[in-house]
Amino acid sequence: MGSMIGASVTRKEDPSLLTGRGSYVDDISPPGTVHMAFVRSPLAHAGIGNIDTKAALERTGVLGVWTAADLAGLPNSRSVPGMERPCLATGKVRFVGEPVAVVVASDRYLAADAAGDVDVDYEPLPACSTTDAALAPGAAPILDGLPGNVAMEQALAADDAEAELSAAAHRLQLQLVNQRCAPVPIEPTACLADWTARGLTLYLTTQAPHHMRNEIATMFGLPQQQVRLVAPDVGGGFGAKASFYPEFLLVSELSRRLGRPVKYIETRSENMMSMVHGRAQAQDIDVGFDDEGHIAALRVRITQDCGAWPDTTGVGLPMLTSFMSGGCYKIPKISPSFRSVVTNTTPVGSYRGAGRPEAAFLIERVMDRVADELGIDPLDVRRRNYIQPGEMPYATQFEGIVYDEANYPALLDRLLEKIDYQALRAEADRRRTDPNAKLLGIGFSTFVEMGGFGPTPLFEQFGFIGGWESANVRLNTDGSAVVSVGTSPHGQGHETAFSQVVSDVLSIPFDKITVLHGDTETVQEGVGTMGSRAMPVGGPAVFKAAGKVRDRAMRIAAHLLEADPDDLELVDGRFQVRGSPDSGIDLTEVAVKSLKPHLLPPDSDLGLADTAHHEPTNLSYPSGAHCCVVEVDRDTGRVDVVRYVAVDDCGKVINPLMARGQIHGGVAQGIAQALLEEVTYDEDGQLTTASVADYLVPSALDLPSYETDHQETLTSFNPLGAKGLGESGATAAPQAVVNAVVDALSHLGVRNIDMPCSPQRVWRAMRDAGSARPSEVST
Amino acid sequence: MRVTIEVNGRRTEEEVEDRTLLVHHLRDTLGLTATNIGCDTTSCGACTVLVDGESVKSCTVLAAQADGAAVTTVEGLAEGETLHPVQQAFQDHHGLQCGFCTPGMIMAAVSLLEANPRPTREDVRTGLEGNLCRCTGYHNIVDAVVAASGQEVPR
Ligand code: FES
Ligand code: FES
Repeated sequence: MGSMIGASVTRKEDPSLLTGRGSYVDDISPPGTVHMAFVRSPLAHAGIGNIDTKAALERTGVLGVWTAADLAGLPNSRSVPGMERPCLATGKVRFVGEPVAVVVASDRYLAADAAGDVDVDYEPLPACSTTDAALAPGAAPILDGLPGNVAMEQALAADDAEAELSAAAHRLQLQLVNQRCAPVPIEPTACLADWTARGLTLYLTTQAPHHMRNEIATMFGLPQQQVRLVAPDVGGGFGAKASFYPEFLLVSELSRRLGRPVKYIETRSENMMSMVHGRAQAQDIDVGFDDEGHIAALRVRITQDCGAWPDTTGVGLPMLTSFMSGGCYKIPKISPSFRSVVTNTTPVGSYRGAGRPEAAFLIERVMDRVADELGIDPLDVRRRNYIQPGEMPYATQFEGIVYDEANYPALLDRLLEKIDYQALRAEADRRRTDPNAKLLGIGFSTFVEMGGFGPTPLFEQFGFIGGWESANVRLNTDGSAVVSVGTSPHGQGHETAFSQVVSDVLSIPFDKITVLHGDTETVQEGVGTMGSRAMPVGGPAVFKAAGKVRDRAMRIAAHLLEADPDDLELVDGRFQVRGSPDSGIDLTEVAVKSLKPHLLPPDSDLGLADTAHHEPTNLSYPSGAHCCVVEVDRDTGRVDVVRYVAVDDCGKVINPLMARGQIHGGVAQGIAQALLEEVTYDEDGQLTTASVADYLVPSALDLPSYETDHQETLTSFNPLGAKGLGESGATAAPQAVVNAVVDALSHLGVRNIDMPCSPQRVWRAMRDAGSARPSEVST
Repeated sequence: MRVTIEVNGRRTEEEVEDRTLLVHHLRDTLGLTATNIGCDTTSCGACTVLVDGESVKSCTVLAAQADGAAVTTVEGLAEGETLHPVQQAFQDHHGLQCGFCTPGMIMAAVSLLEANPRPTREDVRTGLEGNLCRCTGYHNIVDAVVAASGQEVPR
């Protein structure tokens, strides 16, 4: 049997999903299910006056209407300590879309009708829709007890690097904005609660079922075993489904009160204002460097918009940005600091990359700006600053942030083998002089990010019980195996990838392995899927659990064969004595005999099952080198990505087919951030991108084909050598695209364009640089 | 009102409210939950089904408007255990991750190939413009549809 690790097998998950037999939360409807709908605030900041629920209650089929006053005693939703958010707005509303009342009715249409009948009096308050407004002197406090609207403030270096910056031969300032994005998993939030005398069963669109089980049990004061939390098939998450949402508590409480299953299915328009947004970060950057482009010092001041209610997954974002602000470069002095600011907007949480794309964007834009300033090639500046392979593992100046094995210069070399950089440059130059040609731009992003989230001391800070992951492997007497994992996939293909690992360790055919996940009743303790941790943290747990089972089986086989376990090897599902393959026993037979005590060594445990946990020693650090080539239309400012080439190092690649898929999806989100997506509010705090008709989620027409490749530098931080890759694409792509767009326009004097580089913005940048055709210049 | 629809080759006859959307009728009345709902602005295509062979966003059609029509959902594509060529190509080329867009995407692809049996990659991108996928970045979906048309997919 050949090795399954590293094979491009197609997915176990697919047949049921392809035939429509997947099971998402809304596909589950126990008898008697009733439907919940929200009354949401139309204002960004207002006192709540009278709430008239009479008309709603009079409708036939309505089971009840509740406001905060009716739910006194219901715990607050989990948030940053001291800033916990009530399930329904209490006293005042703080962002457009904040739930004010909740309705339950016998069907979803009726619930929506009844929600529309609820009449709420609001007394408008001044709204702060930006961090500038929230920080302005005299700005109204949004949260009680937080007069300046600053939720958190921290400096991560002893000083502000002014000495090093002033001493540098050159110095440059940049203001960058990592705009607010909406995660938009195609399945919005959905939940279904069924509270019976035996306890609560809760089906959720979540990335972390065990974590949510723990939270819910604590909030209701229930023993954990009375809460069964199920994450069935989940339609994408991208970090946003790692957050705790008030609706989880509300469906549960209302199911308890009504004695019926209660379901809530968010509409897309609600999702755009209710699910956490991501990024929303402004950066003030100061960089000092010498004549050759060696960076001497970097100062980064971050202003993080955390929305109206700081989210546990969101407050740490600028911290992660700070840690990663030096990228894959050896910068003697880095001085990051941040402020997290409360505004009258949707809470900000984790979105694919969560804090690291913001760092990669800033340092890669810095590299290009330094190159431009000195008139040298941006790749030369990168090369001169790379941390070298011989220096790995590399301890950054931030305690505990140690980059694992990697070879940044080799990644760039490998990328350059795939593109003819000189030819592209020549073509870009040619087009600059041909007024009828579209402009061509070439952009690079050589990045490092964090994957494999743990270990426990770090993950505790986000409210999780631990930063480890768990797996149980059981070998059945027919030779099949069941693997239960604490990670909880929502598209990543864990069933396939973990089966590949177990298939190799236990020499069992891939098809005979079943992976269970996402149900706290059947899966032992787990943490969840976020921070590119499934393969680097969950994978080693699976690997170790399977290894324990193999060792146990080996001991039994040795006993049965009257051989020394050290003399045995497992080949094609059979233990055999090294050198004499005729003497052996099939693994399946060992599994059968493992349940016959009289055949076993004395004091043996029965059966072949074992559990393992893997606590990572540290984070892992996936890296890569990406190149984007864009064309810019001189007349319209439209940017088209004509080529996108990605070389990634995620350590060990378990399944190249799925690895490519992860890179594709991440790059797509990154390109979309660079060119299309932005959540916007007007100055009253009204969300002006309140549906996917206004918020530009890319279609197939907006995106290119991708060229991908992997360099495998195994990490020593875990036994599989895998670093994770779910977030790499989204971390790498935005600056590859923006660097390309700025490159295309650089001869006109354009030095920066904010994301998204929409046709309007690009056109204006060209016009302001004096190059647009005269007929196009508006007067 | 009473609507009679042939769904995946079987006649169904049900009482529905006038305002019931076809997608809710399929999911909630008939229990065919494959067809998903991803938006409320006719933007995402997760709900795409075939109505008399034409691809239609079932969140924009009332069940009543489909009275007398033949509807095909992704549940009606496979022949027993054998996947439809488009389904098979989606598996072979890893054209799905979370799978939520997939039923609609596959129905849109089936309809696209019906109209254009040998599409170029650009044709596929144009044809699927109304179907959003947040996971795959579309590359593998394009591969899958080109492959399902019997054309070579460059590796
Ligand atoms: S649900 Fe029909 S188009 Fe989105
Ligand atoms: S596979 Fe998840 S949205 Fe397409």
